[in-house]
Amino acid sequence: MSTSSETVTAPAAPAPKAVRGTRLAFRSAVLGRPDAPVLDGVDLEVAAGEILTVVGPSGCGKSTLLRTLAGLLPPLGGTAEVDGRPLTGPSADRALVFQEDALLPWRTLRGNVELPLAIRGVPRAERRSRAEAWLARVGLSVQAGQLPHRVSGGQRQRAQLARALADSPRAVLMDEPFGALDAQTRSGMQDLLVEVLRGTGATVVFVTHDVDEALFLGDRVALIGSGRVSAVREVPRPRDRTAFDDPARAALRRDILTSLGS
Amino acid sequence: MTRRPLSRYALRTASLAAALGLWQLLTSLDIDLWLRFSQFPTVTDVAHAFAGRLSGDDYWTDLTDSLTRILTGFALAAVLGVATGVLVARSRLAEDLLGPVLEVVRPIPAIALVPVAILLFPSNEQGIVFITCTAAFFPVLVSTRHAVRALTPVWEEAVRTMGGGRLRILGSVVLPGALPGIFGGLSVGIGVSWICVISAEMISGQYGVGYRTWQDYTVVDYPDVFVGMVTIGVLGWITSTAVELLGRRLTRWLPRTSYVPAGRTRAPRPLAAPAHPDNDPEQQAQSEQQGQNDAEEARDEHLV
Repeated sequence: MSTSSETVTAPAAPAPKAVRGTRLAFRSAVLGRPDAPVLDGVDLEVAAGEILTVVGPSGCGKSTLLRTLAGLLPPLGGTAEVDGRPLTGPSADRALVFQEDALLPWRTLRGNVELPLAIRGVPRAERRSRAEAWLARVGLSVQAGQLPHRVSGGQRQRAQLARALADSPRAVLMDEPFGALDAQTRSGMQDLLVEVLRGTGATVVFVTHDVDEALFLGDRVALIGSGRVSAVREVPRPRDRTAFDDPARAALRRDILTSLGS
Repeated sequence: MTRRPLSRYALRTASLAAALGLWQLLTSLDIDLWLRFSQFPTVTDVAHAFAGRLSGDDYWTDLTDSLTRILTGFALAAVLGVATGVLVARSRLAEDLLGPVLEVVRPIPAIALVPVAILLFPSNEQGIVFITCTAAFFPVLVSTRHAVRALTPVWEEAVRTMGGGRLRILGSVVLPGALPGIFGGLSVGIGVSWICVISAEMISGQYGVGYRTWQDYTVVDYPDVFVGMVTIGVLGWITSTAVELLGRRLTRWLPRTSYVPAGRTRAPRPLAAPAHPDNDPEQQAQSEQQGQNDAEEARDEHLV
């Protein structure tokens, strides 16, 4: 594991971790499709290298927020910023991981992971070795030559994760990436995510409707409800499986569930 | 190859043989029951005429002439149809500019363009290629347009968030994703092309299978007319099979069910089933193997 992580991160990141990730921000932004704004007055700042989870009921605009950060949707009002500059469009710096199948079905898992590298113009041999290294890291070495529909849903999401991280993006935006997986696979995927993010220094915005997932992964949790970001809370002891009975964590969990329920 | 595909080929051959047998029976007995087969050439007449033609030069000249015309026209139609289809589906400006013209021209049967071809082109040859091309162009255009519009938006968004531009999206998402639909259009197109190349040859050609068939008709040489028809049928079958094969090869990534048309005959044979009454792993492995075999056979469907 450690050797493969070195081969992947070493050429890209001579700078210290904290500088690697991007700072993302919304300033009194209105988000949504042109004819249907869903979020209003969004003021949110994501620090470099931070993991911010976003929770809210389905249809509340979580995905819209993420798509705006990815550059797929322009904000309807206010601004979205990357490192202090207004966000203008999609960029390889900000990788997006989708909930549903976003792997290209005519490419093998390896071919899918190689795609962002090919777009960046990485030479073929290096593309191949970096893709193989990432597939090994997410435990898909054996399935590398398979087409996406030949492997399980969990394996497809792992391949998507490898594809998103292959080009060492400075931010990873994740749209309920484990939402369609069963509970067992899901917690395995969360551990894997924590493991592969370690050392990348990337800023992560992770959207989910699962409060426990949000509390496990996030340094902070943003709550979305009734058309606005209603609260942003610090999470005590993030990414620590033993912290679920920590009284501070339990209180936060209760708070979030109450505010989502109302 | 196992026994099953062989028996399927046998069945297919038998189907052709039965049709020929019925033809021979009706014509040699001079059946005249409202439908009149008495003037009809028998299979043996046609076979004799065929053998005679095969040994002559004309037959092969006609064949290569027709094939050259259809392949040129069809290749042009494939390229133009895919290009225009993608353009119209992806650009609103192109849709507004080209859409109305295309929709007005589309309902005109390609063969009705013979006067246009005569006016436009210096030689008959180019006119025939033009008509063949126009015939195949519209099926290819329409199915490409639909296939491109039906692409899953997530694929394009994924490539955009990797920093891919328009060309990259075209090459990595639009064309490969639309390929199954495009080949639907190409399959229809090659059929329409044959209809039009033969008709055009009948009207204005010099040499070519259609021209020869019509010539034989004007001198009341019915067995040779049938030789022409059989030739068209066989050539059409070969070319559409080639298009189908190429399509299957290029869209091998499509998830295919192991559905087999003759499902009922594929029930597990009683010999194998009682040997493994419980669902032990070996049995499962076997049935998986079976599933793969079925998938293989499903892939062989193009030979129909």
